[in-house]
Amino acid sequence: MNIPTSKNPKRAQVTIQNLCKEFGGIPLYKDFNLDIKAGKIVSIFGPNGCGKSTLINMVAGLMPIDSGQVLFDGKTLTQTKIGYVFQNYRDALFPWMSAWDNIAYPLKRMGMDKGQLQQRVDELIELFEIKFNLKQYPYELSGGQQQTVCIMRALASEPEVLFLDEPFSALDFEMTLFIREKLQEANLKTGVTMVIVSHDLEDAVFLADQILLLTRRPTQIAALMNFDMARPRPPEAVSDPEFISIKSQALQIFQREMNRIS
Amino acid sequence: MQFNFLKRFVPILGPIFLYLIWATAVSAKWVSATLLPAPSTTVMYMFHVFASGSIFPDLWATVARTFYAFLGASVIGVPLGVVLGSSPPIYKSVEFLIDFFRSTPSSALIPLFMLIFGITDINKIAIAGFAAVLVIIFNSAYGVMNAKKTRVMAAQTMGVSRFHIFKDVLLMESLPQTFIGLRTGISLALVIVIVAEMFIGSESGLGHRIIDAQQVFNIKDMYSSILVTGALGYLLNLMFMLLERRLIHWGGKG
Repeated sequence: MNIPTSKNPKRAQVTIQNLCKEFGGIPLYKDFNLDIKAGKIVSIFGPNGCGKSTLINMVAGLMPIDSGQVLFDGKTLTQTKIGYVFQNYRDALFPWMSAWDNIAYPLKRMGMDKGQLQQRVDELIELFEIKFNLKQYPYELSGGQQQTVCIMRALASEPEVLFLDEPFSALDFEMTLFIREKLQEANLKTGVTMVIVSHDLEDAVFLADQILLLTRRPTQIAALMNFDMARPRPPEAVSDPEFISIKSQALQIFQREMNRIS
Repeated sequence: MQFNFLKRFVPILGPIFLYLIWATAVSAKWVSATLLPAPSTTVMYMFHVFASGSIFPDLWATVARTFYAFLGASVIGVPLGVVLGSSPPIYKSVEFLIDFFRSTPSSALIPLFMLIFGITDINKIAIAGFAAVLVIIFNSAYGVMNAKKTRVMAAQTMGVSRFHIFKDVLLMESLPQTFIGLRTGISLALVIVIVAEMFIGSESGLGHRIIDAQQVFNIKDMYSSILVTGALGYLLNLMFMLLERRLIHWGGKG
């Protein structure tokens, strides 16, 4: 596939070393280590309250860590371009700007000139096959359209890592299928590393090259499962024996962790 | 068709009702006609003062004072409120002062302002501006403090500088609330200007006109001036609501 903007796809490996985080004296993460391979899609799945979102918020710099370090190909966060897609798209978009201006905003703040900016947004419009009018304000769009705009905005600056915090949880099934497809395409075209937090096992498995299963707190890695099913995966992939097998393995580990008395 | 007519008719039911009660009270002699002229007489008199132009010097004097007070209060209040709001510890340190003086009827401070400014136009503008600036600061500060955290975080993940997060996100987020402050501020400024015109030796203004008419028992003029004052307040509020709807198109939807 032709990669129009990323002649040298930027993809970063994420390294988490000895990460510690406490809440009110109770440890949530203690000496947590994880490597996320460059260009891969990693889903994070685990019991309620194990700190899935906290983990990506710490890695994305939205929440301070107590100790340890997070590196992106050896660089710090400030030297790295990231994208972040929030669960609540209504609160994440800027309602005073049109959808188009929302997507262009990070580029404008990077100091990109008008022509380049126009070109980059057009590329994203093509990638996401946008049929609706982007001159509309976010509150004039449907939920699925708003989340699509959020993802386009997060991808606009060609980030090295894209974080997605439960991106499907407020979407209907039709939009979930659409966005699953588009995220896969974005990953294939740009090679961006993706870290997705999900509370839905099917979503978690569907997109993942690797499924990270977490334990109850203090949170540790229960399993890091590889899932090499060919891409792009069509919606029917969910009934493929290979898919079902990995999903049931993940479910078993999840249930084992749920039942473990801490 | 009929439904539409009803819908248009409903909002004027209240005024018609008031007019009828007023007219009945006068014609049935519940109230002495020397204390309350008939509504038709009052309204006719109001048309007369507009036609002859005798109301305009007073009307403009009040509008100008209210406008200057409001302008001064906005120029100081909005930036100050936004700065205070973006630093909760600083806001906390002055919160009591703002809330205290916001709860003190500004008219109670008129004697104090007379000591400082004397019986001048500046005095009337200063006291009205003081009343307005407090609600403007309060609302702008809360607009910033209640900004959606997710929007700020979204800008952070884009690597946007602190200055631009402030300008592009916090400031914009505070606008709906700031507008509420401005609208309340201009209404308050008008109230205080009218009171000041009544009690701080004044040669012009609607407040001066009302108290003057009362002193010489020109009842028709007093009531029509009260109506004009009310209409002025109503129009200022309406103007701001329309401006708000146009500028803050996302208000209540984002």
